Amino acid sequence: MRYEAVIGLEIHAQLRTKTKIFCGCSTEFGSEPNSQTCPVCIGMPGVLPVLNKRVVEFAIKTGLAMNCRISPYSRFARKNYFYPDLPKGYQISQYELPICEHGYVDIVVDGVKRRIGITRIHMEEDAGKNIHERDCSLVDLNRTGVPLLEIVTEPDIRSPKEASAFMRKLRTILRYLEVCDGNMEQGSLRCDANVSLRPEGSEEFGTKTEIKNINSFRFVEKALEYEIKRQEKVLSEGGTIVQETRLWDSERGVTFSMRSKEEAHDYRYFPEPDLVPLVVKEDWIEEIKSSMPELPDEKLKKYTEEFGLPQYDAELLTEERPIAEWFEEAVRLGGAPKEVSNWMMTELLRLLNENNIEIISCRVTPEHLVKIIKLIEEGKISRNIGKKVFADVFQTGKDPEEIVKEKGLVQISDTSELQRLVEEVLKNNPKEVERYRGGEQKLLGFFVGQVMKASKGKANPKAVNELLRKKLSS
Amino acid sequence: MEPYRLKLKEALEAIKNSELSPVELTEAVLSRIEAVDEKVKAYVTVTKEHALKRAHTLEGSNEALPLKGIPLAIKDNLCTEGIRTTCSSRILENFVPPYESTVTMRLLDAGYVLVGKTNLDEFAMGSSTENSGFFTTRNPWDTERVPGGSSGGSAAAVAADECIAAIGSDTGGSIRQPASYCGVVGLKPTYGRVSRFGLVAFASSLDQIGPITKTVEDAAILMNIIAGHDLRDSTSAEVECPDFTSTLGRDIKGLRAGIPKEYFSEGLDSEVEEAVKKAVSVLEQEGLEVEEISLPHTEYAVATYYILATSEASSNLARYDGVKYGLRVEAKSLLDMYLETRSKGFGQEVKRRIMLGTYALSAGYYDAYYRKAQQVRTLIKRDFEDAFKRVDVIITPTTPTVAFRIGEKIDDPLKMYLNDIYTISVNLAGIPAISVPCGFNSEGLPVGLQVIGRAFDEETILRVSHHYEQLTEWHKRRPEL
Repeated sequence: MRYEAVIGLEIHAQLRTKTKIFCGCSTEFGSEPNSQTCPVCIGMPGVLPVLNKRVVEFAIKTGLAMNCRISPYSRFARKNYFYPDLPKGYQISQYELPICEHGYVDIVVDGVKRRIGITRIHMEEDAGKNIHERDCSLVDLNRTGVPLLEIVTEPDIRSPKEASAFMRKLRTILRYLEVCDGNMEQGSLRCDANVSLRPEGSEEFGTKTEIKNINSFRFVEKALEYEIKRQEKVLSEGGTIVQETRLWDSERGVTFSMRSKEEAHDYRYFPEPDLVPLVVKEDWIEEIKSSMPELPDEKLKKYTEEFGLPQYDAELLTEERPIAEWFEEAVRLGGAPKEVSNWMMTELLRLLNENNIEIISCRVTPEHLVKIIKLIEEGKISRNIGKKVFADVFQTGKDPEEIVKEKGLVQISDTSELQRLVEEVLKNNPKEVERYRGGEQKLLGFFVGQVMKASKGKANPKAVNELLRKKLSS
Repeated sequence: MEPYRLKLKEALEAIKNSELSPVELTEAVLSRIEAVDEKVKAYVTVTKEHALKRAHTLEGSNEALPLKGIPLAIKDNLCTEGIRTTCSSRILENFVPPYESTVTMRLLDAGYVLVGKTNLDEFAMGSSTENSGFFTTRNPWDTERVPGGSSGGSAAAVAADECIAAIGSDTGGSIRQPASYCGVVGLKPTYGRVSRFGLVAFASSLDQIGPITKTVEDAAILMNIIAGHDLRDSTSAEVECPDFTSTLGRDIKGLRAGIPKEYFSEGLDSEVEEAVKKAVSVLEQEGLEVEEISLPHTEYAVATYYILATSEASSNLARYDGVKYGLRVEAKSLLDMYLETRSKGFGQEVKRRIMLGTYALSAGYYDAYYRKAQQVRTLIKRDFEDAFKRVDVIITPTTPTVAFRIGEKIDDPLKMYLNDIYTISVNLAGIPAISVPCGFNSEGLPVGLQVIGRAFDEETILRVSHHYEQLTEWHKRRPEL
């Protein structure tokens, strides 16, 4: 029997606010343990949470970007469980009335567009961290109270590839909005996956398992592939799937059982009495909407339809907002979209990659690139010289025109100068001249190369070609 | 007169007119504590050195402060920076908060002197202080009897002149019931009127801080200091505060009062009933228009309260786990540490309520208990809203009986819970109410009159109760110790 996978994702995104969700402590990562705490976030007796408005703004932004309905009235709830990294003995989250509901995100996999439903997005606080040493366990509460968004999808995903594409798209959106840095390895973006199988064509859901601890984009696909194969094997051997939580072990490349449904917690959710219901007014939503950047989907449409870029290029350029903005700035300054795109795809992104730097700290500006393109168009430098100049700007941040001037890179199109160079090359290579005249026409390339070399690359190759043909045939 | 016998208003005037200095007054109160607290046991901690130092500092300053040099007692569930705050629980026996509650901060800014932290039923769960993890406070009128609770220490301290006034907290009657039992004034403000920041939570949606004083005017003076919006408490209301003393002295002609028939039924002691009815007729003679009203959902109040309060408590008390502060019993595993710390640290009543609340919130029971109770709470609130369309205040007994004997109800939680039958609805509805002395029974034990008002209308209940107080002498009686 052939099976179809049904996958739903539950994502936790750490929000990039300066302070925590319910107190004024910093959210800075990597500080001395317990240095970013106060009576509120470590749950001392009698203290009360005060909601960080910025967190609500980020949640609304994310909801809007994912086409959600923003609830005018939502509530916080307490999720109760005991753990040393949870100082109050409960996590303040949202349960019955989340801030965002009923949204969707479109993804494209193998050229096919798929719409993935977003069930809900809610705000909650992160827990701290337990650190286990040989003879004791320690608790670091710096992370306690760092704001999180929990994003829950509908079970609309049908393959590991789609899950991975969804996660990348989600990351792109979160980064566009500047609400989350989207780093799975560092844990600022976390993903749990619910997966079940059903016979192809069936409408009913099978029994699902939940996979936790998927801590990189690569593992989204790998963990799901493994789990689907595992379930397939169980089912095809006549077994049944046990509803349980499984952990992904990236080193062994397997998932293993963590706890069964029977062992699941009863979180005893109830409305958080220390916080009043959250009322979001329409004009605030409008204000947030108008402050939102253009999103990747809109950009992609513009790039392919208006600028005529190929889908692949457009996807690559829109994946990160700073890259898209860099591209658009270059186009705005007069660069032809296709030309700018080519330069970015072949030179800029490669150099960024090789040097492992982000575009925002890159020394080449869109203005620089437009100047280089113009120098080439005007015949002042060759395309090859242009690439060298680009690399030079990348290193030094100097103006391309100045580099061309300083290094004397202006293309030699002056006929008398070229004539001198050509004659010299022919004089120095009499044997090759004879062979060419004897019929070995492919030697033309050799002569061009020699002239270019003698000119240190500055000779206008087209002019050199013409001159050589003329001289050799005379 | 001995300075410790002064009412707050009198003490303020004496200090203002330099007839008395903050140090003299503080010393007088401290010696009174030394003399009688052995019998009353109102205080968990007497902050003698702190108080004297503070009184000296205040005395040396020329700043005019609204509570300059006034010795007050604070219930030991309000956090005081650098001063042990126990909630009368073994689990917090050595807990010293690194922060100040908003209420005590405002009192500090107003120039008060903290003389000590008063006893309560552990985590404010109880009606007698018998649930204190340390000891039971005695009723100054009869030391064989309870002072009421949970703010029993504060009420007893005021009644025994061991402070000029005190602060308590009221979740289901914990200010009004002990005030009634001890023959003093106790005001539970509207929910949201006074910041809860720094009040160790029992049931967050019901808890409210308020004054326990010798007179209604004293309560109004303290309200002027402690009430008002606080950014650190999201449930504190952004409502402007009046001068709570401004309506005192105005007559009550034309005001309408409702007497809920459900409050005068089975279980109400006949002497209490008589005293309350007499008080009503005194007010009637002054022009108060009295009519019988109905609050039809009254009979569900106790059950509703014990579901909601325990549910919230079960969650609020989860933080006492031995990990960060307070008591920790070392054990082999994490689970054992939790179990042993909480088994040893909490008393029986606290454990009972944690279990009740945990049960009410559990999957499969939530709808039948917690959600249903929330719905009933709305109905109870509506009862009051409907009543207040016709009347300005509602008058009831504060408690069904006078103070009972120590040990009398400790083995019967249900009987104990019924003590709060007249006070609990007010917390569920979030409205203000005051208890004022309205007589003594044949055994010489005080009886309290409860005046309930509209949300954020403390002024009217203060006005009515103050008017009553001016016509009677009950509040002037003091117990012999």
